[in-house]
Amino acid sequence: MSTSVLFDVPGPRARARHAVYAIVVVLGILALLGYFGWRLWDADQITPEKWAFLNQPSIVKDLLRGLLGTVSMAVTAIVLAIVFGAVFASGRLSDHLILRLPSIAVIEFFRAVPVLLMMFTLLFSFQSILGTYWSVVVALVLYNGSVLAEVFRAGILAVPKGQSEAAYAVGLRKGQVLRLIQAPQAVSTMLPAIISQCVVALKDTALGYVIGAFEIARRGKLIFTSLEHNNPIAVGLTLLVVFVILNYSISLLARRLEAQMRRRGKKVVHTEAEAAGA
Amino acid sequence: MSTLAEMWPFLRAGFTNTLVLLALSLVLSTILGTVLASMRVSPVLPLRAFGTSYVNIFRNTPLVVMFILIVEGFPPVDIRPNIEAIGLNTFETLAVFALTIYTAAFVCEALRSGVNTVDPGQAEAARAVGMTFTQTLSVIVLPQAFRAVIPPLASVYIALTKNTSVAAAFGVVEATAQLSRMNEQTVAGTGVLFFGIAAGYVVIVWVISGIAAFLERQVATAR
Repeated sequence: MSTSVLFDVPGPRARARHAVYAIVVVLGILALLGYFGWRLWDADQITPEKWAFLNQPSIVKDLLRGLLGTVSMAVTAIVLAIVFGAVFASGRLSDHLILRLPSIAVIEFFRAVPVLLMMFTLLFSFQSILGTYWSVVVALVLYNGSVLAEVFRAGILAVPKGQSEAAYAVGLRKGQVLRLIQAPQAVSTMLPAIISQCVVALKDTALGYVIGAFEIARRGKLIFTSLEHNNPIAVGLTLLVVFVILNYSISLLARRLEAQMRRRGKKVVHTEAEAAGA
Repeated sequence: MSTLAEMWPFLRAGFTNTLVLLALSLVLSTILGTVLASMRVSPVLPLRAFGTSYVNIFRNTPLVVMFILIVEGFPPVDIRPNIEAIGLNTFETLAVFALTIYTAAFVCEALRSGVNTVDPGQAEAARAVGMTFTQTLSVIVLPQAFRAVIPPLASVYIALTKNTSVAAAFGVVEATAQLSRMNEQTVAGTGVLFFGIAAGYVVIVWVISGIAAFLERQVATAR
């Protein structure tokens, strides 16, 4: 039993009571799962035919190609979003109102608008130029870039003030101070946040499902809408497992990195998007 | 001006649905998220394990996959709930379920991080005067956690607002779905339509941030 401040270390009677609670809870969860299992069984969703797609090499290969598409879109989007974020973060940190105001407007606007709405608009307006792949990527860049811009800004502001003062004192210009002094020191504090943002991008790539981009959820749709399979639950659970394994590993990496930095006594910047489920 | 007049009926119908989805899933996910957060800090191991697994699973799943499982998956299994009393059809009701189950994981984490900001001395004092876990949590810790929780919770609700747009792909005609509708009927150029709908979302986000800022000021003065 871990030591929590919220409750005392249980004595013999509390332990007995907790054991009773534990049994009730486990039974309750089993009953709930059992009920859903029974409903699925009753509706012939757990039959081997519903899961047969996992046994067909051509379908599994297609799903893996879809996964490759998902990862490729997410990686492209994150790389471009880092550039976008860096540009608009430095715009927002600028001393000139004429740079600062538009940067604020862009960052705040794209954080408030649903990614799916952007994807639809991009596809409808520039279908011949962008296609589905780049409609997904550009929408993700606009959103994730705006979130990262705020992360970068917070990271830069978290660098101790003495650093930039010293840099100005030895005669560096504003751009040099940002580029040579503040940014390199901020990178390490922002790294966990950037990695966490990859989870957000990966999850949002699945929105490509809606506009028919080549990614894993769309490939899954082709399976579960086919007359032969007709198995949204089986395909949905498969997608869920794939995404949870992928994203959980990334989150774990981010968390480990963060713990390492805290041990070295560094501040760590967080993204609100990862914690808010955007 | 005439463009706006033409867009207005679409926007009104769309945002009415968006707000209904938002309001219902906001309330339900807050309730579920609070229960999950209590589970995650409780003394009973299976409860903690359940809360942790729930958060780890649903936080890492794309919302689209939740919609596939629930909105595409439930009707063929004869789970077709609807809330006719307030005019919600099956798709809309299932969309609320999907949004609730997904958002609850984030509400839980926002609350838990709030619980961690409360001075441990508070809970220790509560235990010292003989309060049980339920009393400590509900009377002492959660009310104080509420303060620290306002900004992250507001972010969760803002994300939820934007996430209601996913329902557009699953048979719910909310604000984002109106883009394709208006586009088909060429009410205006796609760019104009985009900014019209985006403005609606921006207003909702503003209202949520405004309420959050107001509440933060309120509890700040109460200190």
